[in-house]
Amino acid sequence: MRAFTYERASSVEAAANAASSNRQSKFIAGGTNLLDLMKLEIETPTHLIDVNGLGLDTIEPTAEGGLRIGALVRNTDLAAHETVRRDYGLLSRALVAGASGQLRNVATTAGNLLQRTRCPYFYDTNQPCNKRQPGSGCSAIGGFSRQHAVVGVSDACIATHPSDMAIAMRALDAVVETVKPDGSHHAIPIADFHRLPGETPHIETVLEQGELITAVVLPPPVGGRQIYRKVRDRASYAFAIVSVGAVIQLDGTGRVAVGGVAHKPWRVEGADAELSRGARSAASALFADARPTEQNRFKIDLVERTLGAVIAEARG
Amino acid sequence: MNHTTKVSFTVNGASRDLDLDNRTTLLDALREHLHLTGTKKGCDHGQCGACTVMVDGRRVNSCLTLAVMHEGDRIATIEGLGEPGNLHPMQAAFVKHDGFQCGYCTPGQICSSVAVLEEIRANIPSHVTGDLTTQTQITEAEIRERMSGNLCRCGAYSNIVDAIVEVAGTKA
Ligand SMILES: Cc1cc2nc3c(=O)[nH]c(=O)nc-3n(C[C@H](O)[C@H](O)[C@H](O)COP(=O)(O)OP(=O)(O)OC[C@H]3O[C@@H](n4cnc5c(N)ncnc54)[C@H](O)[C@@H]3O)c2cc1C
Ligand code: SF4
Ligand code: FES
Ligand code: FES
Repeated sequence: MRAFTYERASSVEAAANAASSNRQSKFIAGGTNLLDLMKLEIETPTHLIDVNGLGLDTIEPTAEGGLRIGALVRNTDLAAHETVRRDYGLLSRALVAGASGQLRNVATTAGNLLQRTRCPYFYDTNQPCNKRQPGSGCSAIGGFSRQHAVVGVSDACIATHPSDMAIAMRALDAVVETVKPDGSHHAIPIADFHRLPGETPHIETVLEQGELITAVVLPPPVGGRQIYRKVRDRASYAFAIVSVGAVIQLDGTGRVAVGGVAHKPWRVEGADAELSRGARSAASALFADARPTEQNRFKIDLVERTLGAVIAEARG
Repeated sequence: MNHTTKVSFTVNGASRDLDLDNRTTLLDALREHLHLTGTKKGCDHGQCGACTVMVDGRRVNSCLTLAVMHEGDRIATIEGLGEPGNLHPMQAAFVKHDGFQCGYCTPGQICSSVAVLEEIRANIPSHVTGDLTTQTQITEAEIRERMSGNLCRCGAYSNIVDAIVEVAGTKA
């Protein structure tokens, strides 16, 4: 790990300011992704701004009937929160499908959204990777790509976003609240928060340098059967090959977001509209523009079948 | 450029004041600076659970957190849980059920086991929890799922589960 200076931020504004004055600084929350990558020198910040003491760790109802989740709320506390498990079961389920008990005790709402890809070439500093080293090439294209993205890909990168929580947030139409270094407040719909790789796969979200996430807001509950189904190589403690997060209403309508298939949580309006016609119709809409590799083509069928199982479970 | 920071926390009840290179993980602070070598370094990347300790009563991987982030925290390690002659019930159950072979993963397994039973009692849900709106029960499936962050290269898993089930049964 490279040496770095360290400060405990005293306020949201001070944190954002400190981060904008040093472009090589990073916020640290739980540290479970950042420190992992710093040990491998994939991330090399020269300054860390600890945001754990900012009091952003509460869950409060909003005036609109939704829920404001502080950026520093731990994954365990969010999954166990009474309102979340009752009204946003999809979110609880997605959270407990991810990582381990030890990691969830530390991992935060903001850090989870911002965790980086698990593409093995991104982790292997001896291999070209456009995300780690812009312009160096993509080792996954033409390499081992079984776990990579099948839709929204580019010629520069076919990595997936690994978060389970983000799939639930996408299906529930969460909004990410931020503060920029100039003190201005912003609300970013989760649909616009993560970017597709395009020609700049190293830029993963719309956040600016120094922009601090303060909370994630959920709209009022939408009811329905809320199901998160994760398919992985082991029964527990493994990242998704694919995952399906869905809210299905009694009349068969609903919404669906899919993980393990794209650079961001994958949701397509047209697929929501097809849900009541069944998994095949919805999956065709989800993957209309898919560009799988020979090795990951199976994900398209796997999502269709997983969605089929989810719909069957919702009908109970 | 100051690459060191002062930090104070308690470990197993005793206060500790350290002046550390910012890069020092909590795991390295415990092992290399405080010479508490019960906590083990397996992967150093959050994947194996050998480094599991308790911070303010919650289990964490000490390899993926910086020591300087723990100002004022209460840290508890396997040494604080019990000692030869005065074993914690979970330590005694691991011995009784042969819940280990080489023993390298064992401190992490035991810290995690104690925490798992507390997490179930505190009604924190897991991936195998049925109804999210009722009290979670202590079952073998719950224990197995919640222990998945602790790997055992010797494959002592079934004996580890037996040990935890016994402690859960005698205390529940
Ligand atoms: C072995 C292992 C298995 C895992 N398995 C899964 C899994 O199955 N599913 C899954 O979803 N995840 C999994 N994870 C990933 C885990 O969920 C993430 O590491 C965690 O959520 C990151 O949160 P954190 O608070 O620790 O983030 P940090 O590591 O502290 O930060 C991550 C990034 O977010 C930035 N950041 C943090 N807070 C803010 C803020 N408030 N504003 C702006 N930027 C901020 C940091 O600068 C950093 O760039 C696994 C991790 C490990 C190590
Ligand atoms: S898929 Fe993306 S992250 Fe993986 S090697 Fe290619 S550029 Fe890097
Ligand atoms: S050494 Fe920390 S999880 Fe492996
Ligand atoms: S007893 Fe050897 S690794 Fe678990």
